[in-house]
Amino acid sequence: MVFKMNIGILALQGDVEKHAIILSDLKMDYTIVRYSEELNDLDGLIIPGGESTTLTNLMNKNHFHKPIKEFAKNKPILGTCAGMIMMSKNVNHPLVEPLGIIDLEVDRNAYGRQVHSFVDELPVRLNGHTEKIKATFIRAPKITKIGKNVEILAEYNNEPCVVKQGQHIALSFHPELNNITIFHKAAFCINDSINQQESSHAA
Amino acid sequence: MSKSNFEVKVGLAEMLKGGVIMDVMNPEQARIAEDAGAVAVMALERIPALIREEGGISRMSDPKMIKAIQKEVSIPVMAKVRIGHFAEAQILEALEVDFIDESEVLTPADEHNHVWKHDFKVPFVCGCRDLGEALRRIGEGAAMIRTKGEAGSGNIVEAVRHMRKVTSQIKELTTMGNDELMAQSKELGAPFSLVQQVAKLGKLPVPNFAAGGIATPADASLMMQLGAETVFVGSGIFMSEDPSSRANAIVEAVTYYDNPEKLASISHGLKKAMEGLDIAKIPEEERLQERGW
Repeated sequence: MVFKMNIGILALQGDVEKHAIILSDLKMDYTIVRYSEELNDLDGLIIPGGESTTLTNLMNKNHFHKPIKEFAKNKPILGTCAGMIMMSKNVNHPLVEPLGIIDLEVDRNAYGRQVHSFVDELPVRLNGHTEKIKATFIRAPKITKIGKNVEILAEYNNEPCVVKQGQHIALSFHPELNNITIFHKAAFCINDSINQQESSHAA
Repeated sequence: MSKSNFEVKVGLAEMLKGGVIMDVMNPEQARIAEDAGAVAVMALERIPALIREEGGISRMSDPKMIKAIQKEVSIPVMAKVRIGHFAEAQILEALEVDFIDESEVLTPADEHNHVWKHDFKVPFVCGCRDLGEALRRIGEGAAMIRTKGEAGSGNIVEAVRHMRKVTSQIKELTTMGNDELMAQSKELGAPFSLVQQVAKLGKLPVPNFAAGGIATPADASLMMQLGAETVFVGSGIFMSEDPSSRANAIVEAVTYYDNPEKLASISHGLKKAMEGLDIAKIPEEERLQERGW
């Protein structure tokens, strides 16, 4: 029997559905997470895009901060946009209480309002390969400071936009909007050969 | 119009899913909304209930008021234009509002045409009462659709009618062959390519939100259970007795819409909801949902 991981998607608010589509495409099991007890059975967690003020509000009311911090000690977390903001250490807004999972300081909406949102190509370095991908930045945050244990996987205009610390990955843009799966694969160590094996079994 | 531009617009709508968009009339209300967990605010000078009371022509809000709200909060700020009033839309784009609502709540400026929304960098949301109306608006470039409901009524019945109608019409499409889809496209008054797309997807190609008459956490839950991906609350918050508690409660109700025990505790002891109107007692010519074509 092949061990199949179950990845949670934090579904308090945000673009949960797009991440679910990526995990389905990768033939992964996933769980929509709205109660902190649900973290117990999971092998990884995605914190999607959305509004970090709203996420903080709902995480506080439903006691998510401590369980996610515990979870992060030995399970991988992937955060996109507001997810990255929540994973950081410091945010320039009093209503946002980040989790401090990656040693980052971020500036919310630093690329400007929606009229300044954009799609552009940028190179990503993952597992020794460099790959050019399409990146969609929506009212995106900027990383303003990174700790010494944080690895930069991609930059946009010489500013870091994909970072990794330990098993965790955070991005200021939305790979889930462009059906880009490499970050999900990298964060949750999804092995292509296992999936191929599984699909050949199914066939 | 590049495809990526439309994707960026729909992208923001995706990020708003599962959140609550609240109508606010000044920076103080915007502050209450953001503190309560609103995912965006809609800046307008008079919320629909007041427009109903006071009458007169309703127009785009004063840029000064919109700017003051943009300065107050960090979440997206939306604003409304009159149906077909592309000059108001150009002004809102210059102000860099994050979303434009081409809204039946304001007095229509064009009785035949809506704004050609593909010309704008700012995404648009438009109201609908049925699938044909939704697809015409998407054809014009809307990046998000909401039910019209009956704004300012505090009465959920029209939003329910519109959401159920759209959902059942989508279901019907999924059972049809291509030959039937062409006839249905004519019937709906909707672009054929979008009709085909909806038949294949089994849902709208852009996020589908609920609006018009939501006043309680239970109303929000009802709309989510009927298939809405989030809710707009117009008059329901700031016409109620304790806006902050009600705003907090509706935000939580959208996330936990399918958990009755939790909804019971969220709804517990909220002060008085807005008064509300019986739709049958609103003369047809005063029904806002009749505006739009």
